[in-house]
Order: sequence, then C-alpha cells, then structure tokens
Amino acid sequence: MEFYLQLFISGLVIGSIYSLVALGFVIIYKATKVVNFAQGEMLMAGAYVCFALTVQAGLPFIASFLLTLAFSVLLGLCIERLILRPMIGEPIISVIMVTIGLSSVLKAVVQFFWGTDIRVYPEVLPTEPVMVAGVPVAPVYVAAFLLSLLLFAAFTLFFKYSRYGIAMRATAFDQQAAQSMGIGIKNIFALSWCIAAVVSSIGGVILGNINGINIQLGQLGLKVFPAVILGGLDSLLGAAIGGLAIGVLENVCGGLAKDLLGLGGFREVSAFIFLVLILMVKPYGLFGTRHIERV
Amino acid sequence: MQGTCGLFHTSYASESQLLPTSFQRWRFGLFFAAYAFCPLFLDAYDLSVLIMIHVAVIGAVALNLLTGCCGQISLGHGAFVGVGAYASAILSGLGLPFLLALPAGGLVAACVGMFFGIPSLRLKGIYLAIATLAAQIIIEYLFLHWDGLTGGSNGMIVASPDLFGLAIDDEPGHFWLSFAVAALVVLAVSNIMRTRPGRAFVAVRDYYLSAEIVGVNLFATKLAAFGVSSFLAGVAGGLWAHYVMYVTPEMFGVGLSISYLAMIIIGGMGSVQGSVFGAIFITLLPEFLTFASGAASDVLPGLSDSLMAMKEGIFGLVLVLFLIFEPEGLSYRWRLFKAYWKLYPFAH
Repeated sequence: MEFYLQLFISGLVIGSIYSLVALGFVIIYKATKVVNFAQGEMLMAGAYVCFALTVQAGLPFIASFLLTLAFSVLLGLCIERLILRPMIGEPIISVIMVTIGLSSVLKAVVQFFWGTDIRVYPEVLPTEPVMVAGVPVAPVYVAAFLLSLLLFAAFTLFFKYSRYGIAMRATAFDQQAAQSMGIGIKNIFALSWCIAAVVSSIGGVILGNINGINIQLGQLGLKVFPAVILGGLDSLLGAAIGGLAIGVLENVCGGLAKDLLGLGGFREVSAFIFLVLILMVKPYGLFGTRHIERV
Repeated sequence: MQGTCGLFHTSYASESQLLPTSFQRWRFGLFFAAYAFCPLFLDAYDLSVLIMIHVAVIGAVALNLLTGCCGQISLGHGAFVGVGAYASAILSGLGLPFLLALPAGGLVAACVGMFFGIPSLRLKGIYLAIATLAAQIIIEYLFLHWDGLTGGSNGMIVASPDLFGLAIDDEPGHFWLSFAVAALVVLAVSNIMRTRPGRAFVAVRDYYLSAEIVGVNLFATKLAAFGVSSFLAGVAGGLWAHYVMYVTPEMFGVGLSISYLAMIIIGGMGSVQGSVFGAIFITLLPEFLTFASGAASDVLPGLSDSLMAMKEGIFGLVLVLFLIFEPEGLSYRWRLFKAYWKLYPFAH
C-alpha cells in the first residue's frame, strides 16, 4: 500500500508540472485559438537556459532563475511575432504544423548548444526527506508542488482582477468586440505567448531540479494533451486539475499494470488510452466550453 | 481540337480527363518510359533513395486523400504505415505469397485506421488531431510491447518478396516493383478524386453541414476516407518492410506521421501532384544535407557533424518557412511556372 501512496505522491508532483505546461497551453489556446505543439520544447529551452546560467556561467540560482524568466519573455515574443502572426487566418492544420516545425527547430537549437547528455542541476534545496502522510518525500518535490499551487493562485487572481487579465479574457470571448472596446489584440496575443513561455520554463526549471535535464524533455509536451482534454481545452482550472489527475493516473496505472499484468512501460500509454476514452464520452472535458451545434 | 487556340471541352468526359491534352500524354509517357530505365545506369544507393521516394509517394498520396481532400487531420498516419508493414511482414512470414500479403497488410491497416476513425464522427479539427495522436502513441506501444507478434524492440526479419517465382532481392527489382505500385496508387487516387466518393470527400472538407444537406452521408464518407487512406498507407508500409527486410517500432514513430504531414503541406494540400512533389522533396532533403555537409567539410571541417545533428531542425525550419512564405505549396509554384511558359515569349 505504501508503494501506491508513494506513486500517488510522485504522481501529484509530476502532475503539477503537467499542470504548469497545460496552463501555458490553455492560455495560448484561449486567447489565440492556436494549438501549441511546441509547449514541451519551450519548457526544455527554459530548463537549459537556467542550467547554462547556473552551472556554466556560475550565477547564483535565484539570479539565473530570474534571467531565465526574462529570456522566456523574449522567446515568447519572438515566436509570436515571427512565426505565429503570419499564420493568423490560416487553416488549423497549418497552424498545428507550424508549431510542430517550431518544436523541432527549438529541439535542434538546444541540441546544438548543449548536446544530448543528461545535465544535472546543482543542489538548491536540502536533500534529507520530509515526511508527508507517513511517506518520505524529497523537499524538492514539496517545493515543486507548492510553487505550482502558488503560480495557479497568482494567475487566477491575474485573470480575475488585473486590467490585462480581463483584457485577455475579453479577447478570448470575442475578438471583434474586444478590439472595438480598445483592446490591442496583437498585444494580447504577444502577452499570452510570453506568459505561456514563462510558465513552461518555470516547469522546466522545477523538473531540472528533480531529475536533471536531457533532450528528451520535450516529450513532456505531448502529455499536456490528455491533461487539457480532461480539463477542457479552454479552462485554467481544468488545466490544473487535469494535469494533477493525469500525473496521478499514469503513475498509478503504470504501477498497477506492472504489478498485476507484468506490463512494462504502460505508464507512458495509459494517459493516452484515457484521452481516447474522454474524447468518446465527454469531448469538451470537465470544465471546457461546449460548442453546441444543432444539425 | 487541332488548330484551335486553347482547350475547349465539349463533353463532361473530356473535362474530367486526367491528362486532357496530347502534349501532356506524350510528356507523361516519355517521362515514365525514360524513368523505367533508371536502374540501368544508377548505382544501388541512388536506387535505394528512389525506392524510398516511391514508398513516400504512396504514403503521402494516401494521407493527402484523408487530410487534404477530406479535411480530417491525422497525426497517426505513421502508425498506420507501421500496421501495414508489420501485418504484411507477419503474413508473408507465415508463407502467404507477397502479392497477397501486401494487400492483406493494407486491409489490416485499413481496419485499424477505420477503428481510430470512428471518433471523427463527433470530433473535428484539433480534437481529431489529438485523438489520432493518441492512436499513434497507443499503436506504437503495441508494436513495442506485443512481443509475441512483433518481436518487441528487437523488431523482426522480413523475407524478401517473391513474384510468381521471381525473387526480388536486389535494388533494380525493388525499384520496378515500388515504381509500379506507386504509379498504380497515384492513378487510383487521381481516379477516386473524380468519382462521386472523391467529390463527397471534398464536400465534407469544405463544409460538412452543406455536404450532409446535399445527401452525403458524413459518417460513411469520413470512415471511407480513413479506410482508403490507411489501406494505401499499409501498402506503403508493406513495400518498405519488404525492401529493408526488417521492421522495428522506431521506424513508425510520431516523427514519421509528422514528415508525411509535412510532405502534403509542402507539396500543396488537396493536390495529388503536390503530394508527389512533397514526398520527393522531403525524402531528398536529408540526402541533400548529407551532400552539402560533405561538400562543405573541405572548407569547414566541423560543419558536417553539426549539420547532421541539425537535420531535424532544418526539417522544422523548412516546414515553418514553407508555411509562412509558400502556404499553397510546391504544386502552386509549378502551376505558376507552367503558366509563365505557356505563352512565352509573349508573357502579357
């Protein structure tokens, strides 16, 4: 039983990272209706930049973390301006393919600078485990989980009360109406890409502190799809809950499959089997907006 | 028609001809005749590239039927190619003759493709893309972990094909075989596009609601598109497997699906000719990079290694640039090129 509790808790931690990546995905989808297949590579870029600043340039962790965030803002701006803005009004398949192309470009750039080896972050947090519900858990896991919660609280408040957050929600709701009320749609698009890049690079830095980073990190971007489909493609709360749920689900399913059936590697695929089931039963997810069509 | 300026159709049959003018018929005939003699003066490596182009052409034309003509985005095409490859490899391993194992593999792929096409009844656009991505990952998992059938991560050996007692085990043989199949597939898909089902595909793509109102059964049409497309993908996979003589799960990853999508986009969505161009372009791109890095290694010795590492990145870059600057694809460029020469030198 303790084994499953352990799986549950590590599922929550990995799930909180999925939530962060899903949050970035949902922000972009909500504001610009672009499906971003490069979310995982944006996470990877952030993780590598933070690694380079901490280890290769020797900066203190906090400073390099802040610089990474600044870099992500720049990355988000560049991607939006150079690649996504020419694609406004193009069919959905072209937009999907442009983000797929972007993901392989980002991956190649990272590979060019840092190669394919696993890189390990220096220890930032103490290593002796803390006890959570009677299970020893590494402090970095707790920190990751708390940081994700904090970010979600911050973004919820941002979207509810701040001027820009309200403008972003208005744009998501109806672009023309928002524009006629004096909201600069282009700025909103740029802002949403910036936020998405920042959020996912935070996820990358957390992940780097847990496992170290390598070129396969971008694969994580595929895992956001089960999370966002479960939560609903355009719901922030859905992204949070969907990410956590998928993280726990795949860990527990993987453990169960190994224990009961002796199947290896089931963890990777369970989330996608679940995804197909959700799409069959409830395609708009738990909290997504339903598009009602009468035929 | 002789002596007139321009092309005037006087019957529906003449309008829907694949090659309406005698010049086009001569051009195609001469090109094919010349192309069929390639094995006489090309070496084995060049022929292997051409064989991979034939396989890619089949796969791209198949995906174009589904995504370009019927508008159903599929990120699982690579997995369907894989299903065909494994199925035909297993069947020919059981002693079925190659000529039966190849279409049988296609049929298995068609069944799998139609199964994963069922959600397309309710899902559109991005949801369908994600559903087919899930199909890709689930099928890949099965390739890797259904050890008894697929040989797991070690893959399996495939016997070389055998046509009426004639063993096909060298490059020229495979060249003619894959060329014949690719030409048949291109002809078949071009013909599908000018029949009722083909026009139904286009109607569903353009606006599903009006398609249904003019009497197109949406579900049957979408399912048919998935079925035909996966069948042809399976045939491509079978040819590929029998050429390289082994199959492993890595061959049919999500990267393959993406490169097929890239082929139809770079070629020009919805055009059979465009898919052929795209398949040629994407297959030749790594060959060109190898050539360029080899040529550059004299000048810049470090460049060739890094260029090989950048292969995927350059592929992505080409894709992005095409989407931004040439969204209509190569077939559009080809049409412009032909229009330019049509009235040369009186261009205006």
